[in-house]
Amino acid sequence: MTDTTFAPARQPIVKRYPVVLVFLGCLALFTLGVTILSEGFGIGVISTSFVKTLGKTLCLCLVALAMDLVWGYCGILSLGHMAFFGLGGYAIGMWLMYARTEIIVVQSLSAAPLPPTAQEISDGIATQIFGVVGASEFPPIWAVAHSLPLQLAAVVLVPGLLALVFGWLAFRSRVTGVYLSILTQAMTLALALYLFQNDSGLRGNNGLSGLQNLPGLGHVPQSTVSIWFFWASALALGIGFLLCTWVVSGKFGSVIRAIRDDESRVRFLGYPVEAYKLFVFTLTAVIAAIAGALYYPQAGIINPAEIAPIASIYLAVWVAIGGRGRLYGAVMGAAFVSLLSTYFTGGQAPDINLGFYTIQWVNWWTVLLGLSFVVVTLFAPKGLGGLFDLIAARTSPNRHGADLGPDVGALREKEAEK
Amino acid sequence: MSSLLEVSGVSVSFDGFKAINNLTFQIGEAEMRAVIGPNGAGKTTFMDIVTGKTRPDEGRVLWGEKSQSLLSMSESQIAQAGVGRKFQRPTVFEDQTVAENLMLALKKKRGPLAVLGFRASRADQDKVVELAEEIGLSAALDRKSGELSHGQKQWLEIGMLLAQEPRLLLVDEPAAGMTPAEREHTTEILVEAAKTRAVVVVEHDMEFVRRLNCKVTVLHEGSVLAEGSIDHVTSDEAVIEVYLGR
Repeated sequence: MTDTTFAPARQPIVKRYPVVLVFLGCLALFTLGVTILSEGFGIGVISTSFVKTLGKTLCLCLVALAMDLVWGYCGILSLGHMAFFGLGGYAIGMWLMYARTEIIVVQSLSAAPLPPTAQEISDGIATQIFGVVGASEFPPIWAVAHSLPLQLAAVVLVPGLLALVFGWLAFRSRVTGVYLSILTQAMTLALALYLFQNDSGLRGNNGLSGLQNLPGLGHVPQSTVSIWFFWASALALGIGFLLCTWVVSGKFGSVIRAIRDDESRVRFLGYPVEAYKLFVFTLTAVIAAIAGALYYPQAGIINPAEIAPIASIYLAVWVAIGGRGRLYGAVMGAAFVSLLSTYFTGGQAPDINLGFYTIQWVNWWTVLLGLSFVVVTLFAPKGLGGLFDLIAARTSPNRHGADLGPDVGALREKEAEK
Repeated sequence: MSSLLEVSGVSVSFDGFKAINNLTFQIGEAEMRAVIGPNGAGKTTFMDIVTGKTRPDEGRVLWGEKSQSLLSMSESQIAQAGVGRKFQRPTVFEDQTVAENLMLALKKKRGPLAVLGFRASRADQDKVVELAEEIGLSAALDRKSGELSHGQKQWLEIGMLLAQEPRLLLVDEPAAGMTPAEREHTTEILVEAAKTRAVVVVEHDMEFVRRLNCKVTVLHEGSVLAEGSIDHVTSDEAVIEVYLGR
């Protein structure tokens, strides 16, 4: 009987899940292709701004992976994950802005007869950065902005801690379903409103800008920097995919899917459900933050509007359209919808003249997106990822050697395989 | 005989309705007990209290040789302490295979980090196969449990309970919706299980209870009406009046 048991667990993950290899292969080919076609390293068919768009899309795919893990697998419909994404962006943006302003200030002060003191430099940077909100002093949250390692740690720690505390409070009180969604949305809205204030210490609605300029690398053209970030995003997505596959494979994945389907039953099996939810919520928040930290240097600017609840709702829409509960589905959804969105809202899509009315896609794209969300939810709950099931259905299912037909006289699998 | 579970003076009311009224109940190690009673007698609420789903207004629930109070523990802690529960409706994880369901239930460390690093050993897999044979599902190990028939799901849930290796098994109407042959098999599994652990079976079906051949507790309006052998309770005047008679 032992040969009918499930796949042996000792095999490496790529063997148990061939989709990982396919995914990583596609990602590698895509990265190679873009690099060859880019302006920075190749023949220059793809413009630098489009390389940035593609790099940003990879980051969105990464955050969609996180969303799929927390929603598609663990059943927590979080409408706040883009807040963690934004916080990651803010954390890296603070260092980028500080370090670049520092270079500029030091340069301008170098002409002075006396060498500037550290205090003068610091004041100069503060005036430069906060002049726009009428302040000239560093708020306490900028305490470690001068240090890249510390700000990189903040990319992970700040959203991670926020998710940990928020999740602990919410899950401990057994808030589930739509109530949890509303709560996460309230969190992201509160955060956005707070950041909109000038005295939040993060430049209010101006946000942080000039993030595309890497401090000390001013001589490197953007065409090169864009490819660096593109590579980094592709690498992060690849690692993220491996990590998520590892998490959802095996028993942990089994437990979180069980939590999604019947939470109280899992409790009666003796699993501390709250601890699992908290773990997944925090892990995905950290993944989202890393994605954000890679996204915003490519976008060049971050402001509180990026953290608004609508961003997180879009994230849920991508995952739903891509097909939740399968990782490549989330990636497909995010890539497909966000690229399409760029196309339609960028004014490239031709208007449709109906004679009595002209459909302008910049306005009508959201309507189309909303409609397709409804259609997918109602008629194709498996989303884009479900298309692969159609292919799988064409090949014969794995019967584990059982009879092909209802009676004993039917062909056995071995006989039929000729 | 030392008791494994001791419920004493427990009362709970929902919006003024007393679902459990000063209930006292004891069960020892390796004992089979059937709990019967008309609808609304508090059978399910009793299970909810023992498993930590419902907190009683007053009373004590003590567990094990150290007489730990179960009232301060969460559902998952109580389950880890050794209380397994089977629900009235079969609740298995329909999206997962029979093997995955059994593997989930297998007695192992339950913390997230331990589970993240968990890899099923040969022994674990053999154990799953063995359990599947016991519940007659060895041919269905790789099937999604949602595809199983009602009776098979009931068995799978019983198998999951056995995999948990609980010291106390609470079983809510195990024979509901089963064919006579399936019932017989279920009886066998339960009687076998009761040799090594305490089993409490809540059941409506008198015939099934008779076949279990064990001590019977009759609940009525949230408290114990009678206790004893099946013949004893079925001849009890009060029991006949509220439950069997009419």
